[in-house]
Amino acid sequence: MVVKVISANQAVSNAVKLAKPQVIPVYPITPQTSISEYLAKYVADGDIDSEYIMVESEHSAISAAVGASGTGVRVFTATSSQGLALMHEILFAAAGLRNPIVMANANRALAAPLSIWNDHQDSISQRDTGWMQIYVENGQEALDSILKCYKISEDHDVLLPSMVCLDGFILTHTVEPVDIPSQELVDSFLPDYQPQESFLDPLNPRSLGTFADPNYYMEARYQMEVAMQKSKKIIKKVNQEFKEIFGRENSFVEEYRCEGAEIILVAMGSICSTIRDVVDDMRDRGKKVGLLKVSNYRPFPEKEIFEAVKNADRIAVLDKNISFGMGGALYTEIRANIDVESYGFIVGLGGRDITPNHIEDIVNKTLNPIKKITWIGLKEEV
Amino acid sequence: MNPEVYDMQNADVAWCPGCGNFAILKTLKMALADLEIPPENLVMVSGIGQAGKLPHYIKSNVFNGLHGRSLSPATGIKASNKNMNVVAVSGDGCTYGEGGNHFMHTIRRNPDITNIVHNNMVYGLTKGQASPTSQINLKTPFQVDGVFEEPFNPLAVAISLGATFVARAFAGDIEKTRKIIKKAVEHKGYSLVDIFQPCPTFNKVNTFQWFKNNIYYLEDSYKPHNKAKALKRAVEGPHESGKFPLGIFYIKEGLKTFEENLSVYEKVDTPLFKREVDRDKLKKLIESKKKI
Repeated sequence: MVVKVISANQAVSNAVKLAKPQVIPVYPITPQTSISEYLAKYVADGDIDSEYIMVESEHSAISAAVGASGTGVRVFTATSSQGLALMHEILFAAAGLRNPIVMANANRALAAPLSIWNDHQDSISQRDTGWMQIYVENGQEALDSILKCYKISEDHDVLLPSMVCLDGFILTHTVEPVDIPSQELVDSFLPDYQPQESFLDPLNPRSLGTFADPNYYMEARYQMEVAMQKSKKIIKKVNQEFKEIFGRENSFVEEYRCEGAEIILVAMGSICSTIRDVVDDMRDRGKKVGLLKVSNYRPFPEKEIFEAVKNADRIAVLDKNISFGMGGALYTEIRANIDVESYGFIVGLGGRDITPNHIEDIVNKTLNPIKKITWIGLKEEV
Repeated sequence: MNPEVYDMQNADVAWCPGCGNFAILKTLKMALADLEIPPENLVMVSGIGQAGKLPHYIKSNVFNGLHGRSLSPATGIKASNKNMNVVAVSGDGCTYGEGGNHFMHTIRRNPDITNIVHNNMVYGLTKGQASPTSQINLKTPFQVDGVFEEPFNPLAVAISLGATFVARAFAGDIEKTRKIIKKAVEHKGYSLVDIFQPCPTFNKVNTFQWFKNNIYYLEDSYKPHNKAKALKRAVEGPHESGKFPLGIFYIKEGLKTFEENLSVYEKVDTPLFKREVDRDKLKKLIESKKKI
C-alpha cells in the first residue's frame, strides 16, 4: 500500500486504474475534468489497457458507456452538474438495460443561475433513474467507493449502475493523504467482470433496448426494484469483504458520537467533516450532539438510519439540495420513513460556505424550532 | 454610431491576456455601430465557453444559454420578436460539438439571426482539450497521443445544408472582419461567421503566427453565389497542402426566413408579447363552430 497526498479526483482515477475498465468514454466539465485527464494519461502511458473515447457531449459519453457495457465489458465514465443533467434520459436506459456502469459525479450546482460550485442538486435530481448512489466524505472514500461499486453493480443479484458522488472543488480540487491499495489486493477483491446475461454476444445473438408493451414493461421495472432491494444485502457483504481485505470500514451510515445524543445531525458528503469538528467542540461543552453520516443514498438505508437515531430527542437533516415546495430530499425521505421529530435545513447551495457557526446554529434551531425547514446562511432572511 | 455605446462599464473581463476574444469583441462592436443598431434592439445569445462570455461584455439584451444551446434560444427569441437583431455567439466546441445538432437544424430552418463562432480549435474554458475543429495530431491532456479525428468543417457543412450566408474571418484582421460581420448582420436569413482566433494559453500549435501563415483571402473576383464552387473553396486548407481561405464563401438571397414562414407574421410584425387577444373575433369563431 502507498499513501499519497492527492485530490479526490486523483483518488478516483487511481481507483479506476485499479478496477481496469475496458472502455472509458468521457467529456470534460468543471470540476470533473481532471479525472478524465488523469485517465487519459494512464491509458497513453500504458498503465491501464482501456479504450479511451473522448466524445462531443455528455449525452454521447453515457450513450457510449451503455453501448460498451451492453457488450459485456467493464465501463467507467465521469461527469458533473449540467453534464449529468444532459445524461438524464440515458441514465434511465443504463439502469433499465441493467448495465453495471460505474460513474463518478463531481457534485456541482445546476443552472440557472449558472454556477460551477458545489451542491448536491445534480445527483439528487437523478435519484429516480435506477442508479445506486453513494456520497463520499473524502478522497479515501472516493477511491474505496469506486472499487466497491463495481463489485456491487456487477453482482448478478443487482446489475444496476452506480454513481459515486464527490463534492466539487471541496474534494475534487483539494489534496489529502489517500491510501492506494496494491493491484494484487484489488484483483483479489474485484476480479474481472464476467457478464452473465443481457449483453451482446456474437455467439448468441440477442436484442437490447427493445420495446416493451404494457404486458411486459411493469415487470421489467419491478425487477429493477427487486434488484435495488437485494442490493442492500450485497452492499453489506461487499463492505464486510472490503474491510477484511483493506482494513477500512464503511457502512450505509456512520454514527459519530451518537451515543446518548439528544440531537443528531444527519448529512451526506464532505460537510460531515465540518460537522465532526462541531460535534467534538459541543461535546466538550457538555452538549449532547452527534452526527449520522449517510453514505448510501440509493438504495435508501431507512432501517440503518432509524436504528441510529431512534433514541435521539430530535434530528436535524442537512440537505445541499432543494425539492422546491417540499424541502431537501434527504429530509423529506427521512420524514416519510422514520418516526423521530426532525427538522430540515437547506445549506450550501451553489457553493455557499457552511461554517462551524452555521452547524451550531442548526443545533440551536433544532433545540428551539420555529419551522420545519430553514435555509441556513442566506445573506438576509427572505 | 460610436462603438462605445456597447461598452459595459466596469466589466471584469475574464479572458487571458492575448486572447483573440478581445479583438472579436472590439470588431463586433464596430460592425454593430456601423449598422447603427441601438443596444436595446440587439439581443446577444450565447452558450458556454470563453466565447460564451462575450455577451457579458457588450451592452445589449443578453441571454446566456447552456452548453451547446445558443442557436435554439436565439431562434425562439427571433420567433417571438422578429424586429430584434439577434446575434448568437459561441465557440467551436459549443456550436459544432455539444450544439452540433442545433447548428445543422438551425441552418435548415433559416431564422434571420447572425451566428458568430469563435474558432480557436481548442476548448478554452475546460483548459485545453481538443474541440471538433482541432487539427489532426494536436496533443492535449485528453488526446495525449494527438487528435486523430477529421476536423469538423463548419463552412462545408453549412454550405451543403443550404445556409444562406457563410463566411470565415480572422480575429487578427479587424478591418476585414468588421466588413464581413456587417454583411452577415445585414443578410436576411441565417448567417454563419466562423472566426479564427488564437488561444495563446491552451493552443500552442495554432498560434497567431500559424493562422497568419495558413490563411488567405478569397480573391476579389470570387463570386459567392455558386454552391458547388463555394463548397470547393470551403474544403481548402493546410490538410489539402493549401491554406484556409477567408471571406464570404456563399450567399443565397431570397429564401424565406423562418419567421416569414410563421403565420403569426403574415399580416403584422408586432412582437408576440405586445399582441392582445381579439375577443370579438374569438367569440365569432367559437359561435361559428357551434353552428356546425
